Amino acid sequence: MKCDHCDKPAVVHEVLIQNGKKIEMHLCAEHATAKGYILPTVPVTQILQQFAAAGKSIKAQKASAKRCEACGLTFAEFRQTGRFGCAGCYDSFMPSVAAIIERAQSGAVSHRGRTPKRIEGQADRAAIRRQLIKEIEAAVAAEQYERAASLQGRLHQLGLVQKPPTEPLP
Amino acid sequence: MNMNPQGETLPNNDSDVVVSVRIRVARNLAGFPFTGRASDTQRQEVLQMVTRAPLGGAFPDGLAWVNMNQASLQERQLLVERHLVSKHFAESALPRALGLGHNEELGVMVNEEDHLRIQSILPGFRLNEAFALARSFDQALEETVDFAFHQRWGYLTACPTNVGSGIRLGAMLHLPALRYSGEIERVKRAAKDLHLAVRGYYGEGTDAIGNFYQVSNQVTLGASEEELLQHFRDEVIPKLVDYERTARQMLLEKNRPLIEDKVYRARATLKVARLLGAEEATKLLSTLRFGIATGLLHNLSVERVEQLLLQVQPAHLAQLDPFAAEEEMGRLSRANLVRRSLGDYTEGSPEI
Ligand SMILES: [Zn+2]
Ligand SMILES: [Zn+2]
Repeated sequence: MKCDHCDKPAVVHEVLIQNGKKIEMHLCAEHATAKGYILPTVPVTQILQQFAAAGKSIKAQKASAKRCEACGLTFAEFRQTGRFGCAGCYDSFMPSVAAIIERAQSGAVSHRGRTPKRIEGQADRAAIRRQLIKEIEAAVAAEQYERAASLQGRLHQLGLVQKPPTEPLP
Repeated sequence: MNMNPQGETLPNNDSDVVVSVRIRVARNLAGFPFTGRASDTQRQEVLQMVTRAPLGGAFPDGLAWVNMNQASLQERQLLVERHLVSKHFAESALPRALGLGHNEELGVMVNEEDHLRIQSILPGFRLNEAFALARSFDQALEETVDFAFHQRWGYLTACPTNVGSGIRLGAMLHLPALRYSGEIERVKRAAKDLHLAVRGYYGEGTDAIGNFYQVSNQVTLGASEEELLQHFRDEVIPKLVDYERTARQMLLEKNRPLIEDKVYRARATLKVARLLGAEEATKLLSTLRFGIATGLLHNLSVERVEQLLLQVQPAHLAQLDPFAAEEEMGRLSRANLVRRSLGDYTEGSPEI
């Protein structure tokens, strides 16, 4: 069964009684989360099996042959063990990584905690900014406002938001 | 402070339900593949870097390091029984070490699935202290080594379920009343909805022997360390503690003879048994713990039962009595230890 709001499969099915009328509701994971339903956490292995099941398409086959340049791990190997080989894997296997993490972490899309005093990789801030903005735009287009707000929050937290030019007072 | 009907005081920290708390922080060193993908040379390098890192004022004496590759099977088993290492870590063949500090309240596994698993375990509901202790080591190390960190995903870990803060908060809960009343399955389902993992006595894939359950958060990303702590400390655990206490009250009101029977039989068995297996002893001692918490048993402290619960485990017993390493001798030795500790020991003569 499809979600009431999009074409994704519905995972939440509810029958509500409103004003004496029976209302059926079917929601996909994203729309359910947006409406405040708490979805049970899916174990990582199960998420990975879902990826494996989807592995018949050419696109998916390409994805599983993808290899991390830093450590040589293939996406297929990751799928088997559920463990990344190195820090670089997190970038090498985008965008699958984002989808896997969001599902494993109940919809969280980015870190909001402490940042070490000395962080390496300041150079790729521009790339991260571009990526986050792209995802915010996609989220807004799909009406996933909570997700967009969360991504926006990360952008702010990282100090990646460019201040709008101050308008001259009238 | 909890008072049982006889006016005897129970130790604080909600220890009638909360056996212990554990904070676990996962970290990886920048510039090295994660443990599973690293070469043995790289694993050795990680070991050297961590064990030799200066820790500064918070740890003036550093940590005591145990080379896991030189530890005997019994020693490694002992560490598992103390919950200081995971079974996986105890059985691994990779170059690895365990650092101990603060009277074994702090344990640092090097070359677990992540380069570092910093753990703090404290008896009772002392989550803030455990959090502060684990954090102090994390921070001390971060002064001199770089951890793998990602602008978007935070602290990077081998498994995406630990990414972000890398922090897992856990509590070992004693939930006999929820078990006896058949409500435990409902609680487990509720815990799942709260994104909690509920595991057995020795972690993942183990049984809840003696009705001891390990509860921990499953989400590590998208909330700050303080938010995770606050949620677990102020909402999750108090709620579960409350369920158990309510279930205990209900049982005592409605089924008092049944509970008394369970508790007094357990005490009687422990006092007269001549042969005791580890699992049987754990279950019976768990029932004693329940008896103390509900005010049915006096002249016995939770601490003493906790100590016995540890001592009756195979590796701990073998340390007290080398002959007990063999199973049959172990059963004999365990029964003697328990009788002696519960004060009814007289050599050779049955006292009942
Ligand atoms: Zn939808
Ligand atoms: Zn890699």
